[in-house]
Parts: sequence; structure tokens; C-alpha cells
Amino acid sequence: MDLLDNLALGFSVALSLQNVFYCFVGALLGTLIGVLPGLGPVATIAMLLPLTFGLPPVSALIMLAGIYYGAQYGGSTTAILINLPGESSSVVTAIDGHQMARKGRAGAALATAALGSFFAGSVATLLLALFAPPLANLALQFGPPEYFSLMVLGLIASVTLASGSVVKAIAMIVLGLILGLSGQDIYTGTPRFTFDMQELSDGFDFVALAMGMFGISEIIRNLEDEHQRSLVAAKVKSLMLTKEEFKRIIAPVLRGTVIGSFLGILPGGGAMLSSFASYSIEKKISKYPREFGRGAIEGVAGPESANNAGAQTSFIPMLTLGIPSNPVMALMIGALIIQGITPGPNVVTEKPDLFWGVIASMWVGNFMLVLLNLPLIGMWVRLLTVPYHVMFPAIIAFCCIGVYSVNNNTFDVYTMALFGLLGYALVKLDCEPAPLLLGFVIGPMLEEYLRRAMLISRGDPTVFVTRPISAVLLLLAAAALVVVLLPSVQKGREEAFKE
Amino acid sequence: MNIIRNPKDVLSGLLFIALGLLFGWQTQDLPMGTAVRMGPGYFPLVLSGLLGLLGLIILINGLRFPGEMPSGIAWRAVLIITGAVVFFGFGVRPLGFLPALGISVFVSALASRLFTFRTALLNTAVMVVFAWAVFIKGLGLPLPLLGPWLGGY
Repeated sequence: MDLLDNLALGFSVALSLQNVFYCFVGALLGTLIGVLPGLGPVATIAMLLPLTFGLPPVSALIMLAGIYYGAQYGGSTTAILINLPGESSSVVTAIDGHQMARKGRAGAALATAALGSFFAGSVATLLLALFAPPLANLALQFGPPEYFSLMVLGLIASVTLASGSVVKAIAMIVLGLILGLSGQDIYTGTPRFTFDMQELSDGFDFVALAMGMFGISEIIRNLEDEHQRSLVAAKVKSLMLTKEEFKRIIAPVLRGTVIGSFLGILPGGGAMLSSFASYSIEKKISKYPREFGRGAIEGVAGPESANNAGAQTSFIPMLTLGIPSNPVMALMIGALIIQGITPGPNVVTEKPDLFWGVIASMWVGNFMLVLLNLPLIGMWVRLLTVPYHVMFPAIIAFCCIGVYSVNNNTFDVYTMALFGLLGYALVKLDCEPAPLLLGFVIGPMLEEYLRRAMLISRGDPTVFVTRPISAVLLLLAAAALVVVLLPSVQKGREEAFKE
Repeated sequence: MNIIRNPKDVLSGLLFIALGLLFGWQTQDLPMGTAVRMGPGYFPLVLSGLLGLLGLIILINGLRFPGEMPSGIAWRAVLIITGAVVFFGFGVRPLGFLPALGISVFVSALASRLFTFRTALLNTAVMVVFAWAVFIKGLGLPLPLLGPWLGGY
């Protein structure tokens, strides 16, 4: 059995003392930022990227992955106990989870979230182990035209599944692509978009851009409407589920796992979309539809399983194709590139210890999260009493230290400030920053594949539609674009995101 | 009524057009090459044109369909936060790592309306000690603690 051998290799990597430590740090930090509102996984991972440069690639990725799925766990805790979702993916958990808490079933809701997440996380990790290698093998046969089309599809699809205006999101991608091209041209070494500045000869710094767009601008936005939080955390009595409750969560957990696993793979998918989809489905098919909004346990079990499954499977396109499906994955790709690893199908075969080690670490991490979360709930709740106006100067300090320590270059600090301003302005104009980050990461690869494809085809652009795989991929991209631009779908989409 | 029906779209459209023009102009000195052998300027110019075009579509949409005004801008936070970050960049060499960090933390705390002198000072002290313990002692970042302006080297 190949799979068993590979998993054995993975666990031997993941269970080394060093990697268990980084997995623990990642899961702990993830839970921490999941609990704290106003600090998301994207900003945190961007802040911690510089610290991972000194680590071996496996440990770096294990820790960063832990932050991402740890945040899904932590976010649910605050959603249930104080009706304050720490993460966007636990917004729906708050609806029924907090109602359960008010009825004295806080412990049951937390246990449901933890068990559902653990189950879904384990299944999704298995799916990742099963399907990633064949997908990578398929992708190895892709030539430059196929890659180009695949990236176009990935970018377009990420837009169609995100909220807000489609045209604006595409414009943000294009802006990201342009920014990503700055620096030296790969073939000729000609400096591009450097504005005659020596400091830009390697292009805009990835860490500075991500921290500015997601860290600094987020802080400014949070400071817009400050209000003192008065928090009354629900008391947690017993974590045990009754027999009836246990019966009621089995089906939603299974459904949530399937939905999350599927939506996580899609570009633009991931944790948030999965939890929303799961909640609306559970609400529709439940035997107790009237209980929804009043503390239906299904409304916790489904979305919590789905968001964790989605968080896990969104690693599939990243690890096998080198294509990010959401900003967190874009940061992971950035981390790999900085480590000197070219993301793509070669990672599975050339760096098996990295690939399988990260997968195995997800099991380890999910297990740790159950241990971290349930007994330590009291501690997490106390953390919430740290007010935001005490917290944000610390975040700024971390951003400054982080971005400066990458190259010991003050220019990167100014770049971060600039992108903070730009990010804030764009958010004010309803332009989401996530597509820009995806474009920024993909930009150089997209150009390289385009140039290679044109070289192979001797300048004939029809190569993208005459090669069958490439044609299908482009057709899918076009179809996705047409579908979201249809007026009827646009209306439904707006409603779905409002819900 | 006004010609501008959706100020957010009009503004973002104009912003994208301006950026498209800026980057397009920047490609003018770059060799274009041909479609077979694309030069360094080829793809960037295509993208800049595309950005301008998308900006135009957004602008036109903003003139046709009604929408909201952008909500109030938190000028105080914008100025103070940006200022604190820029100050860190400016001060980290001449003043040294810890003084620059401490001042940046204290200044950024001013951005909050819930600012009190005591918590900000406490926060600054905690952050400076923490940064020293973690980044200098723990991770061994090679940053001078005190810069030349403060008698360091």
C-alpha cells in the first residue's frame, strides 16, 4: 500500500519533536487569534511569515497550517459563549450556538463543535491524502498552455464564489497581477515597475503587501467604530451531550463534512463559504426547522464540521497545483517560494517529506485542538476581556518588527504603510483585498506560462483553445463568469451573502 | 439628481483607471517584443490596459446605477496608525530598535478614542520588554537596541 507507506513517512516527519512543537505552537496561536475578534488568520500568518524563514520548510508549513485550522476552532468558542464570532467562518455558529448557551447547553454546543470539527478534519485530511497525489500526477502532464488556462480558471472561480461586485474583484486581481510583475523580468533582467527605485528591484515585498493590506488596514477599519464591549460569557456546566443530542448531530456532521470537503477544493472556497452553505442546507432539510435560530444543535454541528473540512481540503489545490484558493493559501505559497520551493505538482514527488509531513501534522494538530479547546475554555474566555484598544498597538508592533526583520530594510516598512493606506481606501470603496493577494502571488507564474505557451505555439494564440484540456479549463472559466453575471443569479447571490 | 449615482463605484473606477494609466505609462520604456517572443513590457501593458478597461466599466456602472456614499473615514486612525508605522521605519536605525518600537506603540495607542495615558504607557512598557525577550534574546534578531542618536553604535 503506497498510501500507508506515505502516511508512515508523513507521521515520522510530523511526530518529530521539533515538528510536534511547531504544530502545537500553530494550533495554539490559531486558537488564540480565532478567539480574539479583530485579528484574523490572514493577518496573523502574514505577521508570522518572517519568523518561519529560519525554519525548515516542513516546520514552517506545519505551523502556518496549524494557525489556519486552529482559528476555525477558536472562532466557534467565542461565537457560542458570547455571541461574538472571532472568525468570519463562525458567524453562522453564533446563531444557534449562542442560543444553546443561553438555554444552559453551552457545554453541549462546544462539545458538538469540537467533535464535529475533529471528525470533519480527520476525514478531510484523509481525502487530501487520497486525492492529492493523483491530481498532482495529472497536473504533471500539463504543458504551459494548460497551466495558463488553469490559473485563469482558478482566478476567475475565486471571484465568482466571493462576495461583492464581480467586476471590481476582477479589477483587483488584475491590479494584483501587475503588482506581482514588479521587479526584474525573469528572462531579460529588465527592471519593471520599479519607479527608478533601487529598493524595488526585487519587486514589492510580499510580506509588506500582505501585512499592509490585511494587518494595518484592518486595524484602521476596526478603529472606525469603537465601543466598549460588555461581555457576559455563558457558563459552561457539562460538556456531555445527551443521547438524543448525539443522535441529532450525526447526520449534520456527515453532511457538513461532505459539503465542506467539496467547497474547500473550489477556488474561492474554504472555511467561510462551507459553513454558510452547510447552515442553509441543514435549515432546509431539518425535521425541526422552527428550532433554527432558537438553539438547534444541527445549526452548530453542520457548519462547524463544514468549516473545518473546508479549511483542510483547501490545501489540495495549493499543494498539488500550486494554485491558491483563498488568501491564506496565497500566503502559504508565498512562504514556500521564499523557502526556495516552487509550488506545483512536483512538490508531491520531489518533496514527499514536506507533502506527507504536512498532511500527517493536520491529524496531530486536530487532536491537539480538541485537547486545547475543551479543558481550557475558561482561559480562552478570559482572553476576550482584553479590549481592542489595548491589543491593536501590539499588533502594529508585531507588523513593524516582522516586516523590518525580513530584509533589515526600512523601505519595506514604508511599503507596508503605503499598502495599509491603499487597502483601507479600497475597502472603503467595497473592493475586497483578497483577490489582489491571489493575483500578486500568481502574477509571475501566469506570465511565465503565457510566454512559454506562445513560444511553443510560435505566437499562435489559438493554442489555448486547440489543446483539449486547456480548452475545457478556459470554457469552465468563461461559463463561471457568464453564470455570475446573469442578472437572476446576481440577485440570488446577493441574498445568499446577506443571510 | 446628480450624475454620480454610485460614488463608491465612480471613485473606484477612477482609481483603477488612474492605476492602469500609471502602470501603462511605466511600460513605455520596456521592450515589447512580439507575440512569439514576448518582451518584458508585453504582458504588463496588456494587464494595464485591462485594468483601465475594467475601471471604465466600473465607472460607467457607477453613473448608471444608484448606490451608497462611502461611510465616514477614520482620519484620526489613518493618520496616527500610518504615522506610527512610518515613524518606526524612520527611527529604527538612528534611534535603535527598542526606542523606535516603544514610541511607535505609544503613538499608535493614541489612535483609539478609548486612549488613556496609563494603559498606553503600560502597554508600551510590556511590548518593549516582550520584544526584547522574544526577538532579541529568544530569536536573536541582529537589531541594535540603541541607535547612534542615543549613544549606541
